[in-house]
Amino acid sequence: MSTELLKTPLNALHRELGAKMVEFAGYDMPVQYPLGVMKEHLHTREQAGLFDVSHMGQILLTGPGAAKALETLVPVDIIDLPVGMQRYAMFTNETGGILDDLMVANLGNDQLMLVVNAACKNEDLAHLQKHIGSQCEIKPLFEERALLALQGPQAVTALARLAPAVAHMTFMQYTSTQIDGIDCFVSRSGYTGEDGYEISVPADQADALARRLLAEPEVAAIGLGARDSLRLEAGLCLYGHDMNTETTPIQASLLWAISKVRRADGARAGGFPGAEHVFAQHQSGAARKRVGLLPQERTPVREGAEIVDANDTIIGTVCSGGFGPTLGSPLAMGYVDAAFTALDTPVWAIVRGKKVPMRVTKMPFVAPRYFRG
Amino acid sequence: MSDLRFTEDHEWLRAEADGSVTVGITAFAQDALGDVVFVQLPELQAYDKGAEAATVESVKAASGVYMPLNGEVVEVNPALDANPELVNEDPMGQGWFFRFIPSDAAAVGQLLDQDAYDRLIKANAEA
Repeated sequence: MSTELLKTPLNALHRELGAKMVEFAGYDMPVQYPLGVMKEHLHTREQAGLFDVSHMGQILLTGPGAAKALETLVPVDIIDLPVGMQRYAMFTNETGGILDDLMVANLGNDQLMLVVNAACKNEDLAHLQKHIGSQCEIKPLFEERALLALQGPQAVTALARLAPAVAHMTFMQYTSTQIDGIDCFVSRSGYTGEDGYEISVPADQADALARRLLAEPEVAAIGLGARDSLRLEAGLCLYGHDMNTETTPIQASLLWAISKVRRADGARAGGFPGAEHVFAQHQSGAARKRVGLLPQERTPVREGAEIVDANDTIIGTVCSGGFGPTLGSPLAMGYVDAAFTALDTPVWAIVRGKKVPMRVTKMPFVAPRYFRG
Repeated sequence: MSDLRFTEDHEWLRAEADGSVTVGITAFAQDALGDVVFVQLPELQAYDKGAEAATVESVKAASGVYMPLNGEVVEVNPALDANPELVNEDPMGQGWFFRFIPSDAAAVGQLLDQDAYDRLIKANAEA
């Protein structure tokens, strides 16, 4: 054993709480606590869940040219991102494929904070250094900072007890504040479809902050298992599963994330890698697209399952799938040929050699409850 | 107290008075799987030892339940369709999976007994 898994600053806390630990993106991470995935999921939807997402990469860009430089790598409006706001983005490659998805926050003072996926963070850093390293300062905070997510309808109640100002934030706002005396960056955002916060904290104070939050009566520790079922119900993509270098934002049904100003008819059209491919697909329609799928039986349909039509012709593949505790039934996302993307189209997944009937459905599967003020 | 037998795949078996054998998964197995959300039960037919007779789906993953011996499945637990969580709540009781008639009734006694199974779990835990 001991293949040198990386540890987050909360590793000892996870073990103390009785977590079942697994390898994820090279890290030793809690997949669930003694509560179990189902109850952890439901607790987050009903009260508040605390997630350790410190494996994700935080990168600070600094300099007057940082926003303009970052725009050359993402199809998103960064130049006009207001101070104190966060926005979803993705790095594209020369064919419009997605290298990673990320959050970008404007801290003011010519500083942008990026949060990227754990499995991609070293490649992302190299990508940034290669393409915009001469235009701004790029500082990885991988060891320096931890990241906690507090999610659920009572996240505001719990966090506002320690930092009253956070109650006034709205969805995707970003601020620098003290929580119980600890200097943090807080955004009102998350990966569950619920209201909640993501908290960037100095690594050496993360354990103290997590314990302080867990002491609040609404808050329970939640593992990666429930994080996955929560984000799936929210219709949110998991990089490496629901999108990758072979899928464009159009195919991944992420057109909404391409800022209007960066589209073919926008004031700052294109100027990101693979723009011409993305625009061509937007114009003529992608040959395959990501859709929501609801199995019509109790059988969960998992990632990798083939999708067929009534004649057993293969028309797609499931990219994420499982059981939704809030939905009370199985659910999935998959890539299907363009002819099968309309709502309510009947399709079938092949599970253990049998056809499981499914319907193409809208996403999210569970209505989001972001706080928009 | 019935005489339970076990497999290395964490199934339990109990010989019934009518010559059938009841099969389920152990408390250790259900704990490792986590919350069970669906059980695909076997058909009423003969299976070879080692064949995947049933599948148990937890929130996270699907796992096979293998036929412990050659035999014919004669009954499945109808309660698991509506209440798959019985596998977690009462794995050695109401959460049973199926009953089968073994081709060789004596083969049941050659499977792991409680002591041998407990040692296996202990060894797994220490590995």
